[in-house]
Amino acid sequence: MADETKNHGSEKKYGQFHRRVFEANIVNFAIWATIAILIGGIVEIVPMFTPAGTEISPDVTPYTALEVAGRDIYVSEGCYLCHSQWVRPMRAEILRYGAWSRAWEYQYDRPFQLGSRRIGPDLHRVGNKYPDAWHYEHMRDPRSTSPGSVMPPYAWLLTNRIDAGDVQASMKALRKTGTPYSDEDIAGVEASLATQGGEIVGRLGDAGIQSDPDRAIIAMIAYLQRLGVDGRAALQKQGVEY
Amino acid sequence: MEESASAGTGVPAAVYDDDIVKRFAIATILWGAVGMLVGVIIALQLAWWPANLGLPWTTFGRLRPLHTNAVIFAFGGNICFTGIYYSMQRLLKTRMWSDALSKIHFWGWQLIIVSAALTFPLGLSQSREYAELIWPIDIAITLIWVVFAINFFGTIAIRRVKHIYVAIWFYMSFVITIAVLHIVNNLAMPATFLRSYPLYSGMTDALVQWWYGHNAVGFFLTTPFLGLMYYFLPKAAEKPIYSYRLSIVHFWGLIFLYIWAGPHHLLYSGLPDWVQTLGMVFSIVLLAPSWGGMLNGLLTLRGAWHRLRTDPVLKFMVVGVSFYGMSTFEGPMMSIRAVNGLAHFTNWVIGHVHSGALGWNGMISFAVLYWLVPRLWNKPLAKPNLATQHFWLATIGIVLYTVSMWAAGLMEGLQWRAIGDGGQLANPIFIDIVHRLEPFYWLRLLGGSLYFVGALMALYNFWKTIRGPESVSTDASAPVPAT
Repeated sequence: MADETKNHGSEKKYGQFHRRVFEANIVNFAIWATIAILIGGIVEIVPMFTPAGTEISPDVTPYTALEVAGRDIYVSEGCYLCHSQWVRPMRAEILRYGAWSRAWEYQYDRPFQLGSRRIGPDLHRVGNKYPDAWHYEHMRDPRSTSPGSVMPPYAWLLTNRIDAGDVQASMKALRKTGTPYSDEDIAGVEASLATQGGEIVGRLGDAGIQSDPDRAIIAMIAYLQRLGVDGRAALQKQGVEY
Repeated sequence: MEESASAGTGVPAAVYDDDIVKRFAIATILWGAVGMLVGVIIALQLAWWPANLGLPWTTFGRLRPLHTNAVIFAFGGNICFTGIYYSMQRLLKTRMWSDALSKIHFWGWQLIIVSAALTFPLGLSQSREYAELIWPIDIAITLIWVVFAINFFGTIAIRRVKHIYVAIWFYMSFVITIAVLHIVNNLAMPATFLRSYPLYSGMTDALVQWWYGHNAVGFFLTTPFLGLMYYFLPKAAEKPIYSYRLSIVHFWGLIFLYIWAGPHHLLYSGLPDWVQTLGMVFSIVLLAPSWGGMLNGLLTLRGAWHRLRTDPVLKFMVVGVSFYGMSTFEGPMMSIRAVNGLAHFTNWVIGHVHSGALGWNGMISFAVLYWLVPRLWNKPLAKPNLATQHFWLATIGIVLYTVSMWAAGLMEGLQWRAIGDGGQLANPIFIDIVHRLEPFYWLRLLGGSLYFVGALMALYNFWKTIRGPESVSTDASAPVPAT
């Protein structure tokens, strides 16, 4: 063959095989390359869909309507780019954040938000760590609660509103993916939003802050206050200390 | 027919579609400048938070996906397509199978980029790293990728040489694997036209996403760029590739091993231990085929090293391949569980990514552009000295960037974990550590800005070249050297 390399004699032998079997037959080449790139993913990912691959716990329940709305905002704003939700099983992390994160705590997380960077602190155990009013003020002006913070203010969350129909669409889609929402959960979105939102607005009112149950900030607070709470309760029930 | 065509007879340049190559080349440098500018802006935001501007559309959380997607899929994607459309026509001695598909690919890809640039600032994101684009755009990517794949394999099918050069093997793994990764990772249930939820949840979603995310590095930022190296490095050095046998071994080794490495992004997580360990082990083994590629590139320069003094293309090429070697050493090291325990979540990872992105992908891209632009437009490079200055500015920029991020990453990693004599955290206030990072963020901003200014110099140089007078002679149609 005219374009045979002349430089290395030993390469001729290997070249003959590779040229005949793969390079001269693109279909064969493409099929074998596809097999080569599929094996690793199949071996690692497929077992995750078996009962042994993914731990689940009955102690973790799906997010409420308001928490779903808050999580949508968390996802939309790209919070995961600065905040992880993943406490690693290391002494310093447990001291700083609390119990390390178990797989089953994430069972209803779509998308997962473990994150890959800690420009700010981890949030997986932030639920119930601060009062609602702290989160409100922190979102309005991060430096009012955390002097020297580099986080941008999210003042528009204080004025933006969430839409019950939108939240309902989210919960319907989540149910199709496997989140166990009942028909009542879906039908009762509006009431659920008002009830849980009203509680938060009430607590904010006690701290002298005026807000409405349908504000984006209320949903965000509901979601943040939920983070790690089910897991912590389940671990305490199991007698895990941290 | 095939045999006689491969016998070294040159094909007239007119049979090749170089218009499509020109379009992709221009898109590369323009999107490259945009993507790097956004990078400079978000680097400033970390050093000085008021640069978030107090607006929803310009916060770090919304702009960072714009930066990563622009530099990976707009700058990186367009340079790969530039090199692929130029080299595969010449390597296969045929025009692209369909000019119409080439055009659909080009305009479709640019529209996808524009849609990304519009949706991210609006807060429309899946928030799955490097797969942030919302589901309608994901479908558009799938369709355009199929168009590209049909044209790619169609062109191979009508080739006028029998054997397929190593560059095209790497391009092929890019075409196949990105399709598989993109589709499997983005399977989702739409809730509205703008929002969807993945079919996977929790740790399964994390594993699928990092299988995708790490192999976006492997098959978007590594294999097609190795293909570019295999074509353009021998061209620029005017030497044949060092070892055909090595290219076979490291090609199959690389594509087989890379796909396993994703779980190293999830060490110390709730992922089953055996998956974490597999990810770590395969990441370490991956060093071998990675360095196989680096050595095959560098050893191709045997007997041509003196030309490094004068040829900016080779300067960019050699530094690019060297950074490839360095970051593919650093990556496996960071995948070792104990090292990862320190490095994970820190700026060290950012430094590592940029030694690969700026050092390897960026430098190879500029090498290809500096080599191609004069040949495509048949005009000499307007400012050769400016290209050399660009090279030095970029190299210094990368060094400032990576060194500052290494230092910042080590510092924060150590301070997060430090335990005092009484068994309590030595640095209990997180924000204290954030403050100590500020000087490193300014240094990183300086390094990134130098690199960005270099890209603007290239943009200016290409502009002057394209607008300049015709060259007397050309070697754009010179036959491709044998493997």
